[in-house]
Amino acid sequence: MSQFLEQLLNALVIGSFYALVALGYSMVYGIIRLINFAHGDLYMLGAFFGYSALLLLGRISLGSGVTGVLLAMLIAMGMTGGLGVLVERVAYRPLRGAPRIIPLITALGMSLFLENAVMVFKPWGASFRVYPVTLGRAGFDLFGVHIGYAHLAIFAMALFLMVGLHLFVERSTYGKAMRAVAFDLEAAQLMGINANRMISLGFFLGSIMAAAAGVMAGLYYGQINFLMGFIVGLKAFTASVLGGIGNLPGAMVGGMLLGVLEVFGTSSVGGQWKDVFAFGALILILVFKPTGLLGERTAGRM
Amino acid sequence: MNTVNARSAGPDRGRLARTGGVVLLLAAAVALPFVSSSPYVLDIAIQMLFYMALALGLNVVVGYAGLLDLGYAAYFAVGAYTLGILTKTFQVNFWLALLAAGVFAMLLGSFIGMTVLRLRSDYLTMVTLGFGEIIRITANNLKITGGPTGIFGIMAPKVFGLSLGQPRNIYFVMLIVVVLSTIAMARLGNSRVGRAWACLREDQDAAEAMGINTLGYKLLAYLTGTFWGGLTGAFFAVKMTAVSPGSFSFMQSVTVLLAVVMGGMGSVPGVVLGGALVILLPEMLRAVSDWRYLVFGAALVLLMLFRPAGLWPARHAGKEEV
Amino acid sequence: MPLLSVENVTLTFGGLTAIRDLSFQVHAGEIVGLIGPNGAGKTSIFNCITGFYQPASGQIVFDGRSVLGLRPHRRTELGMARTFQNLRLFPNLTAAENVMAGAHCRTRAGLFTSMLRTPAQRLEERQVREMALHWLEFVGLKDQANRFSKNLPYGAQRRLEIARAMASQPKLLLLDEPAAGLNPAEKESLMELIYKIREGGVTPLLIEHDMSLVMRICSRLVVLDHGEKIAEGDPESVRNNPRVIEAYLGKEEEGA
Repeated sequence: MSQFLEQLLNALVIGSFYALVALGYSMVYGIIRLINFAHGDLYMLGAFFGYSALLLLGRISLGSGVTGVLLAMLIAMGMTGGLGVLVERVAYRPLRGAPRIIPLITALGMSLFLENAVMVFKPWGASFRVYPVTLGRAGFDLFGVHIGYAHLAIFAMALFLMVGLHLFVERSTYGKAMRAVAFDLEAAQLMGINANRMISLGFFLGSIMAAAAGVMAGLYYGQINFLMGFIVGLKAFTASVLGGIGNLPGAMVGGMLLGVLEVFGTSSVGGQWKDVFAFGALILILVFKPTGLLGERTAGRM
Repeated sequence: MNTVNARSAGPDRGRLARTGGVVLLLAAAVALPFVSSSPYVLDIAIQMLFYMALALGLNVVVGYAGLLDLGYAAYFAVGAYTLGILTKTFQVNFWLALLAAGVFAMLLGSFIGMTVLRLRSDYLTMVTLGFGEIIRITANNLKITGGPTGIFGIMAPKVFGLSLGQPRNIYFVMLIVVVLSTIAMARLGNSRVGRAWACLREDQDAAEAMGINTLGYKLLAYLTGTFWGGLTGAFFAVKMTAVSPGSFSFMQSVTVLLAVVMGGMGSVPGVVLGGALVILLPEMLRAVSDWRYLVFGAALVLLMLFRPAGLWPARHAGKEEV
Repeated sequence: MPLLSVENVTLTFGGLTAIRDLSFQVHAGEIVGLIGPNGAGKTSIFNCITGFYQPASGQIVFDGRSVLGLRPHRRTELGMARTFQNLRLFPNLTAAENVMAGAHCRTRAGLFTSMLRTPAQRLEERQVREMALHWLEFVGLKDQANRFSKNLPYGAQRRLEIARAMASQPKLLLLDEPAAGLNPAEKESLMELIYKIREGGVTPLLIEHDMSLVMRICSRLVVLDHGEKIAEGDPESVRNNPRVIEAYLGKEEEGA
């Protein structure tokens, strides 16, 4: 029982990282039907921006407290958000209307470029970087399990971001305009919606979610690396298909579910098969429920 | 390097020049091991031939059918392991093992293809990526594949009395494989089948309305590509006399894809050129090898933005013949 | 026996009903026109007939057999061919290659015969090329055979789409607004072309907005509005049908 609870908490934290990254995949696919292959790398860059921000804040003795962490997260989100918008402008926008394979290839190129740019950038580099701030062990015991406040805080923060995004997309004027573009780009333009701005907004929102996940992952695992986004990106894509691509609540549910699947699956078959688990899940969903658990939401017409 | 563009209506002079070029290039390729005694040069040349063969196979999937496969190394690995396990553990005849390598890769390809291609083609990108990882992890953890160390001591077979353990002999075998593949692929591209692929790449619904079984043709392209990958992998196992999971990373798949994209998707001479360049260029830029994949990534983006048809565009992407 | 029989077909998208309980028949040798205001469901019924949409209920019988559940390419093999409202040529293939693609389902060459370039494959390839030239000539584009279809003028692209469809040797030819965007002279030659197609034993079924063209060429009209059939009959009776007039006048201001 106690082990189960501990596993569950782990699963929810990892799952919330997947969910946050999955949101960006899903949102971008929903709007322009592009698998933004570089999205996992924005998560990685978020972690690195957070890393540098924490180091800098540390110098002015702001870095280790809650304020410092939140500030670093905001900085990372802002930088990554801008970068996400830039990626779209440079690599995807000029190719709108080109055969589908073309932007997919630029997305792959972008991903390689971002990863290796981080690798050759001296202050970040190729080896693992230890995160400047470690999570406190303080917490409380429940049914014999130690539950860290920090882990709870991560989970709560993830939930807060997801709910915030959901409300923004469902309620705000911008959110509505974005959904209109997702539903029918041309019709939305005829209605006077600036589709390019809405697409940029989609990339921005997706990127800041990924960046938040990246910073939290850095805090949670204690170390980061320029390749950390590759597998997480793939898993987040799996999560978004699992929940139904284009469907934001679906991405959240899919992420959480994938976290649970992975943690409990791994504990039964062994850690070396951890990644096989997620990809096996992706293939199984595509065989049995390709539209995902909550149903996909993409415009598709003849 | 082939006669793909030598169409019936082509002007005679162009055709003559092309034939001359091909003959010269082939003569140079045949003479190379005799002219240079450097093992380094020969090794680079063999690597180029491997990437040409792989690029020709992947070109069917990416260039002809317009499907993006990011796990091509998986089929390469499956072919290599199949040959290694069959000839070493089960003492199967080389030719049989070679065929089995292609067929087994193709069987796995059909599983992936049938699962994904009936849905959205762009999902193939992610599924093949995941599949590539699954294959690598599996090879790393199974007993029969030798775990992380892999299989070594694969006996080099004799082909027509020549041992493939000799680099020069494997060079000639691969040269023959590449030449035959080039001819076969060029013909394929310029046939009813190639036309059907071109149609589904251009407009899937219209292709379907023209009576083209789009799902069937996507699958056919995928299976052809995976068979080629498996076959090339088998030769790779022979050349290395060993296979290990490290040889089949995601970057391997990316490099083959870059060969196809750089040379020109759908262009047979283009992808042969691309296969050569992805080996030659990094060799020439050894000093900055850390920057290699950064450059690869930037190259992919810039090519798609400014020269999507590649360095040697396919006829369809080039000028029309009026 | 009718060549095509649409029986009680209903098509829904989510909660929206695009076509409601529609029935009509096409007999071999007639020229039937499907007309109706924008959004009446004309292209949707084409998509049902050719297999791109699956009706929620109803039956579609073509040439004596039900085609429901068959994928579009199978229906083309059975003898349907279509053109598209917004031109769906293969832009980077030449005109001749577009037409050759149309003959796909009437030819056989496969992977291995193509790689080996067998004598049978070469012969077939030659025949297909000749056949393509024949259909290009049929629509008056023989001298454009080697041009990319995207570089042809608009009117020529429309005719090329017809040639491509004819190459599949259809019994029924579904033309989705073939006259859209054509000038009066081009419309005249289109009408001649449609007559010529029928004389060749192929039955045209067309969606058309140009009333004067429809009235002149069609032997029978089926009028749709809001997904339902509101009238059917010869052009004269349809023209005077009050429901038809109302449907059109009601939409006139929207530029239908």
